[in-house]
Amino acid sequence: MKFGLLHSRVRVEEKLLFEAFERRGIDFDLIDDQKLIFDISDLSHVADYAKYDVVVERCINHGRALYSLRILNDQGISTVNTAQVADTCGNKLQTTSALASAGVPQPRTLVAFTPESALDAIEQLGYPVVLKPAVGSWGRLLSKVNDRDAAEAILEHKDTLGSYHHSIFYIQEYVRKPLRDIRAFVVGDETICAIYRGSEHWITNTARGGKSSNCPVTPELNDICLRATRAVGGGVVAIDVFEDPDRGLLINEVNYTMEFRNSIAPTGVNIPDRMVDFAIKVAKDGWAAANGWQNGGPTHLPVSLTAGASA
Amino acid sequence: MALKKVTGTAECPECFAEIELKEVMQNEITQCPDCGADLEVISIEPLALALAPEEEEDWGE
Repeated sequence: MKFGLLHSRVRVEEKLLFEAFERRGIDFDLIDDQKLIFDISDLSHVADYAKYDVVVERCINHGRALYSLRILNDQGISTVNTAQVADTCGNKLQTTSALASAGVPQPRTLVAFTPESALDAIEQLGYPVVLKPAVGSWGRLLSKVNDRDAAEAILEHKDTLGSYHHSIFYIQEYVRKPLRDIRAFVVGDETICAIYRGSEHWITNTARGGKSSNCPVTPELNDICLRATRAVGGGVVAIDVFEDPDRGLLINEVNYTMEFRNSIAPTGVNIPDRMVDFAIKVAKDGWAAANGWQNGGPTHLPVSLTAGASA
Repeated sequence: MALKKVTGTAECPECFAEIELKEVMQNEITQCPDCGADLEVISIEPLALALAPEEEEDWGE
């Protein structure tokens, strides 16, 4: 069995994952996305990747991850995660739509395409609302909009100063969660562990200073996380969950190249080892079986709109 | 394959401190203990560091 480990830089997560593969005595190659060249007019060279039972994706850039996975999957190369999962999770709009179609509870979210209609949408939701770029991470460029003056200013700035992605307005209700949210880790058909991310700030990302502590995986948490994972196409994902005082658990977002450095110690779960287990299962039994799906997986047609495209 | 890791010292390109590096890999991200700059191991033979790249719009999870 041989694995390809596609990566950009080696962060704490990549090193732990690479070491987990090494400890198992598994044969693998490191594939540096900074050196990749795909001749997409003649993909015969992609057959070079057929020597890998699975390519495990750990890129920092969503665009590099998505397009590499797409090219590999189109040539029949197995990957963790798949291009479908990357496509759905790498874009909040597409995640929300996939969750909605699967009936998974989530905050109310409106999408609009002009500043004028976005302002109408914001007022339909009622203040405060949260504006998010559809593609982005680590809490970058999130805006909590408390009143009409702020809404008008932010919408104008996004429309004028941003790339076209910032004029696709993703508007989420502000959930009055306790001073924390939940980050749950799903591997295939199991929520293997979860943490609370506590913060006095409404943005709770640990990349922004949120403090992590163990969160018990209740049957309710496991159930909603597995439903969300299936909705986005399965795999190894980290799910952000809000605790709404009235509605219970709501899925905020699903991350497909998950970061876990702050979650191993509080949970006591060896997350990279579990990721290796999953990759081996995909290699041996295929994607659907590794995800515990009896009758194949969910079907979604991808609509890719990653950053950097131009007309 | 076995992971190639190197232990040694290299100079921080930001503050010029001599940094001790333990079992680092090519392209590993680390931090200068003196000035706090985010650094990338750009070579392991010989050990060399550069400032880590600036965060891009599509970076993340």
